[in-house]
Parts: sequence; structure tokens; C-alpha cells
Amino acid sequence: MNTTHSSNAAERFDFTPLAKESIELDSAITQLHARLEQQALDAHLLDLAYTTVDTPVGSLLLAATEIGLVRVAYDIEDHDAVLQTLAARVSTRILRAPRRLDAVAYELDEYFAGTRRGFDVPLDLSLSSGFRQLVQRHLPEIAYGRTETYKQVAESVGSPRAVRAVGSACATNPLPVVVPCHRVLRSDGGLGGYIGGLAAKTALLALEARPH
Amino acid sequence: MKPPFEKVVAEHGATVLRVCRAVLGMPDADDAWSETFLSALGAYPELPPDANVEAWLVTIAHRKAIDQTRMRSRQPIPVEELPERASRTGSASEGATGGDAHNDSSDSLALWQAVGLLPEKQRLAVAYHFLGGLPFAEVARLLGGSVEAARRASSDGVRALRLVYLPEGASGTATNEPKGMPR
Repeated sequence: MNTTHSSNAAERFDFTPLAKESIELDSAITQLHARLEQQALDAHLLDLAYTTVDTPVGSLLLAATEIGLVRVAYDIEDHDAVLQTLAARVSTRILRAPRRLDAVAYELDEYFAGTRRGFDVPLDLSLSSGFRQLVQRHLPEIAYGRTETYKQVAESVGSPRAVRAVGSACATNPLPVVVPCHRVLRSDGGLGGYIGGLAAKTALLALEARPH
Repeated sequence: MKPPFEKVVAEHGATVLRVCRAVLGMPDADDAWSETFLSALGAYPELPPDANVEAWLVTIAHRKAIDQTRMRSRQPIPVEELPERASRTGSASEGATGGDAHNDSSDSLALWQAVGLLPEKQRLAVAYHFLGGLPFAEVARLLGGSVEAARRASSDGVRALRLVYLPEGASGTATNEPKGMPR
């Protein structure tokens, strides 16, 4: 047999969708996808819902479990790669289902508009553990518009000598922007690193320094 | 590494919908598609990473189509004779495409009507093999009967389609590329 689709020329028939059918299929799938999102939510089969939102610091991927927001990812992290990692680490039951992210998308809008200073959506911190999670839990205590040094954060979490570990906790923060690792700077005033790139870190600090 | 389920929907959603349409006709195809993907979402974590995802989906779709057919009519009708399918296909797609009258006479719909007119076994064999990409051995497993019978049903189906479907006055092409169709 030369192909799986036809064993000889007499049986050949081109079933490839024509332009018109392709367009109709696309719109049918869009509707069916929306229906599947709802059914999956209702049946508690959707372990991870995600969406993307456009912000002044680029497109952000937002992903949430049933517990809460589990991942915020910058464009430069490669959203497809992030989703693939989530599939491996959390669950492959993933759909683009914006509804579960409505609340956080709304709060991000307000944040970037300068009318919101903190986030109160439920978070799922299961992507980090131990000391990293401890640091990430502390970060929201740094007030909007303020900054701390890596050293100060290390002291706040009770491990004053773990400055480097604080640095890597910030660098691996799975929830940037919402968990404000951008408010942590080096002791010499340098920016330090940032998962979204230094331009994004600068932009967030500038936004929060603006008088509102 | 298994991709997120969203990728599965993006890659195979249209194929499975076409299979469902060929097997059930337009109106019931949507429900069968939804049932298929909801069920697949639930079972996806257990699917072996090297499995043929499309064949797996088509097999689920087949089971859901049987459920739909049973729900549709309780009495076991001889499924070899379902002449109403063609008209159902036509009217439903009119609704699905927003009542665009042009689509009714479009050639891709003519194809679906022609598929709907095929005898049950040929229609399913064509749907699973040609649209769903299942090898004949798998088709035979779903339909019952021998691999050879599945192969014959599907080639008989395609032969019938070529006779029925090729629009009259089509400019003599042997493929189903209808004239005047923007690609």
C-alpha cells in the first residue's frame, strides 16, 4: 500500500476541505470550543485554564487551576513552552478557557491603568515549594511603589544569609506582576534580574512610581 | 512529552467534526463532537504518550455516534436505509452557516449530501478511513466484519461518491476540485 488513505488510483478521492468548508469548519470549531470550555468547567475536568492578555509589558499568559492563579508568563518566556511545562508539571488537561481568568484579567487591567495597588485573586502556589515559596509568599507584603533589597527580603523571611537563594526565588517566581518580585532590587541600587526582562521590571517600577 | 489538550483540539478538532458529520449528519454531529472531546479530555492523562491521538479520537467519536444514534431512535431501524440524511444535512448546514443561501449549492455541501446518501456501512468506512485516517484494520474493528470487507465498503463508497458527487457539467476533472471554487 502506498499511502494509508488510498490503496489504488481507482479509489482516490480528494476529501481535503475546500476553502468554503474550511472557513465554515473554523467557525464551527470556535463555537464547539466555547461549549467544551463550559462543559469541562462544569464537569471539573479542566485542571488548567489559560488565556493571554495584552498589557503595556507585552502579552501575558495567565493560567489557573481550580484553586487559583498558578502561572503568569511573559512573552519572552515563550508561552507554548510554558504551557508544555505546565502540562508536564501540573496536568495535560489544559484548555484555552478565558472565563476562569476573567477576574485576574480585570485586576491586571486596573493595575496597569494605575487604579489598583494589590491583587486579591486566589493563588495556587503549588509550582514552587520550600524556601522559594516562603519568599514568594513574603513578596506581596512589599507595598505598591516601594522596593526592598534581596538582603532585606532574606532578613524578612528569617534567613539573613540566604541572599542568593532569595535571588533565585525571585527569578523563578511563577506569578510575576501579581506576586511583585519586581519590587526587589540589589543593595547597590541595581535592578538585579527579572523573568520578564529588565525593560519590563523598569516599566513596572515606573508605573508604580507614578503619582496616581 | 504529551502536548496540552488544547493542542489536541486545535490539531484534530476539524477532522473529528467532519467524521461526526459524515457519520451522523450535521445536527447531531455537534453533540457527538462535544461528547467526544469532553470524554477525551477526561481520559487524556492516561493516554500513552506514543498513542495515535487522531485514531483514538475517531474511535471515541464512533462510540459517541452509536450513543447518539441510539438516543435518536429507540427502535432498531435498519440503518442501511436512511435516505433522509441528505436533506437533514442540507437544511442544518444552512442554519450553521447563518442561512447563507449560497452555501446550499456550494460544492463542499454537495459532497456532504452525497456522503449522507451512501449506505451505512460504506458511509462509515469512508468516514473512518478517508476522513478519520484510520487504517482498514481499525475500521474493521469498529464496524465488525473483515478487513477486506472494510476495504471494499470504503472503495465502493468512494466509487459511488464519484458518480453521485461530481457536479454535472463539471469540466471533466477527475478530482473533486469543483470549478469556480476559490481555494
